[in-house]
Amino acid sequence: MTYTSLVVLAVAAVVVVDGVILRTNLVRRKAFWTSYAIILAFQLIVNGVLTGVPVVRYDADVIIGWRVAYAPVEDLLFGFAMVLLTLSTWVWLGRRAHARQSSGVPSGSTRH
Amino acid sequence: MSHLLYVALLAGCLIGTAAVEVRLGTRVYARWRRLLSALLPTVIVFVTWDLYAIAHHQWTYVPRWVTGVRLPEHLPFEELLFFLVVPTCSVITLEAVRRRRPGWVIGDEPGS
Repeated sequence: MTYTSLVVLAVAAVVVVDGVILRTNLVRRKAFWTSYAIILAFQLIVNGVLTGVPVVRYDADVIIGWRVAYAPVEDLLFGFAMVLLTLSTWVWLGRRAHARQSSGVPSGSTRH
Repeated sequence: MSHLLYVALLAGCLIGTAAVEVRLGTRVYARWRRLLSALLPTVIVFVTWDLYAIAHHQWTYVPRWVTGVRLPEHLPFEELLFFLVVPTCSVITLEAVRRRRPGWVIGDEPGS
């Protein structure tokens, strides 16, 4: 599969993880989009160096060819999927820990 | 020294977010078990993807800018670091936004 089709699939899959599987719904939260905007600004700098120097080279046959700050546009979606999966898991873990505390179930044991 | 470019970029990310961690008291490293658990799915999914892309020559690393240390399956050491460092920085960013905007709901607040 090309990088282009893989990133589109990845973003769709992670949005499902956030909205349906873990139900963290970060894509509807102002705090998420504000965090993502900050992360994106730094991604453009760091990834700009990695792809502008370049440290990483891409096979032209697997990308659509549009570039943003030297990087293939696919890298933006790759970063978005990585950040959303991480933050969704982080928030889900925090919510689960609070739920266990308030229901009196010690952490580490199975909930029924 | 050129071989340290990629590592230096990642170190810069860690140093910058460490300053945020200290100044804003985000306590992400203090919650290291939750952090490691949150990183796990991201590391598994994105390292697998990276290995697929490397095996299919979708992207390649320019030897001059990397240490040359390769993990199994030809994964550059820097890539594993990337999938640990960038998600960690993302979590610190989210927690920093929470600190600065306490009224914004993230979804893992006690009682939510």
